[in-house]
Amino acid sequence: MIPALLGTKIGMTQVVDERGAAEPVTVVKAGPCVVLRVRSKETDGYDAVQLGYGELKPHRSTKPMIGHAAQAGTSPKRVIREVRLSESTAVSRGDVLTVEQFAEGTVGYVDVTGISKGKGFAGVMKRHGFGGKGASHGVERKHRSAGGIGGSATGGTGRSVKKGKRMAGHMGHVRRTISGLRVVKVDSDNDLLVIHGSVPGPNGSVVLVRRSKKRMG
Amino acid sequence: MRQPLIELVEQPYLKTRLPVFHIGDTVDVLCRIVEGDKERVQVFNGVVIARRGAGINESFTVRRIVANEGVERKFLIHSPNVVNVKIRRRGKVRRAKLFYLRHRIGKARKVRELRVHKREAQEAELAGSAA
Repeated sequence: MIPALLGTKIGMTQVVDERGAAEPVTVVKAGPCVVLRVRSKETDGYDAVQLGYGELKPHRSTKPMIGHAAQAGTSPKRVIREVRLSESTAVSRGDVLTVEQFAEGTVGYVDVTGISKGKGFAGVMKRHGFGGKGASHGVERKHRSAGGIGGSATGGTGRSVKKGKRMAGHMGHVRRTISGLRVVKVDSDNDLLVIHGSVPGPNGSVVLVRRSKKRMG
Repeated sequence: MRQPLIELVEQPYLKTRLPVFHIGDTVDVLCRIVEGDKERVQVFNGVVIARRGAGINESFTVRRIVANEGVERKFLIHSPNVVNVKIRRRGKVRRAKLFYLRHRIGKARKVRELRVHKREAQEAELAGSAA
């Protein structure tokens, strides 16, 4: 079994758990994914599988991509990602993976990787959680500013700003993984995974769902 | 905004018959309470002051006065813990949200009662108890 699947984030809602309490969940349409290529220690130096997800019209694709997909006996795919495996697994090119590998009882927790929502150019309070300055007590025009960025003694040589100093700048739209999310429900008829909590990225974005590395069961 | 796939996930959690009540009604909310392995029904009585959301996200707020202190409780209308909502008295109000009741003290807290014809009332009762 390959403990990974590519999918689309559909959105969030809530369901009721066995105690009758509302539980926040994210609905992910995952798979079916086709194994386009298997990488192994002998030929490539590492073990991995290349997964393809989402249909793409051949005329929107390139000939090399069509050829690559044809070797796996399928049509070109919109998204292609490689997933590293710790050891070689019994899987061959052209295999189709569905949400069934996350079916109840087999995988309890997953890690979900996606591109987080872009926040644009954000100040230090939003981006790094700085406290800002007072609303009153004589503070003028600097209510959300960062404060000092270094004195004459910092940076070794003095009169310089340390590298990595947290400042304002572009926030979000980076690859993020949220680990240890519980799988609430698997709907193999509709290729849906219902995952507890939130998942990176806007609705409609591509996410990679993997079996959790940290939380088993 | 509503996604058909999300509705698919929500479907099994939705109640097929919802209790019928309106803003301003004085209601008894029968809520299921689980204590250890025992289960019982508790009644929360008060005025419905707000209703919001749609689908599985729909909730309502009930306000009552306990020991001269205002108490508000929000319920998810589709929650299995809300067993039923019984109308005690119907209210005649002109707003969707009765937050102004929070600032009222004493007699001014009262919501004018909506007088309905006997037959209408019976029909409403039937619809309410069926839920």
